[in-house]
Amino acid sequence: MRKGLHPVTIAMLLFGFAFLYAPIVILIIFSFNEGKLVSVWSGFSPKWYGELLRDPQILSAAWMSLKIAAMNASVATVLGLFGAYALGRFGAFKGRTLFTGMMTAPLVMPDVITGLATLLLFVGLAWQRGMSTITIAHITFSMCFVAVIVRARLSSLDQSLEEAAMDLGARPAKTFLLITIPMLAPALVAAWLLAFTLSLDDLVIASFVAGPGSTTLPMVVFSKVRLGVSPEINALGTLIVLLVTLCIVVAALIFQRQEAQRLADAQMADRAD
Amino acid sequence: MSDTAEKRPGPHKPSGWAVPGGDPYISIQNVTKRFGEFVAVDNVSLDIYRSELFSLLGASGCGKTTLLRMLAGLEEPTEGRILLDGQDMVGVPPYERPVNMMFQSYALFPHMTVAQNVAFGLKQEGMGKGEVEERVEQMLGLVQLGRFARRKPHQLSGGQRQRVALARALAKRPKLLLLDEPLAALDKKLRESTQFELMNIQEELGVTFIVVTHDQEEAMTLSTRIAVMNEGVIQQLGTPSEVYEYPRTRYVADFIGSVNLFEGTVSGTGAEGMRITAPEAGIDIHVDAGQTDARAGQSVAVAIRPEKIAIAKQDDKPSQGENVIQGIVDEIAYQGSLSIYQVRLADGKLVRVTTPNLTRTAERPIDWEEPVWLSWGRHAGVVLTS
Ligand SMILES: Nc1ncnc2c1ncn2[C@@H]1O[C@H](COP(=O)(O)OP(=O)(O)O)[C@@H](O)[C@H]1O
Ligand SMILES: [Mg+2]
Repeated sequence: MRKGLHPVTIAMLLFGFAFLYAPIVILIIFSFNEGKLVSVWSGFSPKWYGELLRDPQILSAAWMSLKIAAMNASVATVLGLFGAYALGRFGAFKGRTLFTGMMTAPLVMPDVITGLATLLLFVGLAWQRGMSTITIAHITFSMCFVAVIVRARLSSLDQSLEEAAMDLGARPAKTFLLITIPMLAPALVAAWLLAFTLSLDDLVIASFVAGPGSTTLPMVVFSKVRLGVSPEINALGTLIVLLVTLCIVVAALIFQRQEAQRLADAQMADRAD
Repeated sequence: MSDTAEKRPGPHKPSGWAVPGGDPYISIQNVTKRFGEFVAVDNVSLDIYRSELFSLLGASGCGKTTLLRMLAGLEEPTEGRILLDGQDMVGVPPYERPVNMMFQSYALFPHMTVAQNVAFGLKQEGMGKGEVEERVEQMLGLVQLGRFARRKPHQLSGGQRQRVALARALAKRPKLLLLDEPLAALDKKLRESTQFELMNIQEELGVTFIVVTHDQEEAMTLSTRIAVMNEGVIQQLGTPSEVYEYPRTRYVADFIGSVNLFEGTVSGTGAEGMRITAPEAGIDIHVDAGQTDARAGQSVAVAIRPEKIAIAKQDDKPSQGENVIQGIVDEIAYQGSLSIYQVRLADGKLVRVTTPNLTRTAERPIDWEEPVWLSWGRHAGVVLTS
């Protein structure tokens, strides 16, 4: 093996990154464009950000999206946890394979189908469409993602921990609270964040089941863009990119600190021998 | 199967620890456990008495853990019952049994400190805070981990974790403590010192211990009695010396310590002994009477421990008339306190002999490829019918 990178490798790498990030970089640059045209640079100005913060439609949609995402993430995490626990811990009950399959099928179900199916359900129930229907629709698909994440963690968890707790006198419910949940905590946080972003991100399902007065941020962006891309939307996109980057950096920092702590602990244990 | 050791006639029954009188504390009655078609534990009956340090010994996969888990309530028997202090345990969940278990993996709660781990069981009992702290301190003192109380399990070495697991299992003062391969993860030296620690703790607290192990030396060192298991069945039950000196089956003889087995047929029985024609040995082997009920003509095996065979040089022929054979030294292993000789007999069978190295250098050491005499007394051989 040769040290260093071959020029072809470098070229491929650059092309890959350009492919990934060029659109985002262009979006960020043009969010600071003075003029109204998105494709012609006419000087630097942060004025579209101010514009954005004065737009009541965008602000209320953003608030709506955040509320739905947070509620969806919380409920989906709880339901997904129960599902994963039942599949992973109640032994080989009748129909477990079927349930496992049914739990993972919605992961690959097209959004259009999910949206249509839930819409038909709400129509059938004569349920007033709005924020609650969007939240419920989001829960139905994001809890599957939660269940898959939690189940993976659960199956790598040493079951003798739970048995030890019961052996020491803890009833099953207490064992679940004191042992299982803390052991699953990292997976639960990850699952919550994923469910949160899935909901924040969704346009298709929300469009199906939304009612008057329950417009989410992606729906606003999409409808505005259909009337022409404005620098205001670029500014909004930039803010979202900033938020996501921040989340990732924070998560990475937490992870790194944990890892460093673990290494230090391991060294301490070696010395204790 | 339960007390075969008791029924054995003969003058050589070892003294020492005996089954105490009274009712058994744990009575396992015809317990079978199946996983689908697979029989993990096969019709096991076993009585264990108060304050015993009882070992379940067997190769990996023979059903030891499964039997232990049924005692803890983590697994229900497919058939049979388990009585604890006269009370039927079937259907009683683990959190309602006066039994604690030390898991093979230790199963320490990684998100709790050492002290919190030990306190866990006490808190479930609803014990007061002050009392819990006192007991935790006492238990950590017992296993000499007082100064590690605030560490997390992953900050401890293997031996320390093992002691935390022991302290946690003992903290509730269970009447019965189950230990699943408690010392398997420790290196040899630590394992030996911990064996004695375990015995001391058991004596101090008077708790009944059931220890699962696949290490026959460990079982011999620790136990008041040993049950040797093979493929879900208890092959033999007895004190360590009974199981070692009077194995009942080829499996037990071979599993506990090392042994020389000579296949043969009983060619004569009498008041003073039994004669077995053993083609492998090239002679008739004589053993004491009264060990077995083997009949003339029956095919049996004679088991002779390596340390019960004397080895002598060619010009030093033993004076006794029986149980003397000739061979050639094939291999010598020096192990410090003893030497192991592997001797090849006329028809190629290898016999293992161990002798203690009493003096620093023997005057005329036995050498490789040297012809030697092997001899043993009538009391050395054990006749095995199964
Ligand atoms: N839950 C289970 N399902 C199926 N087979 C099992 C289960 N638990 C144990 N066994 C089988 O039972 C046998 C005995 O296992 P175990 O009691 O753990 O053996 P040991 O502790 O003596 O090594 C093994 O062959 C194992 O594969
Ligand atoms: Mg085991």
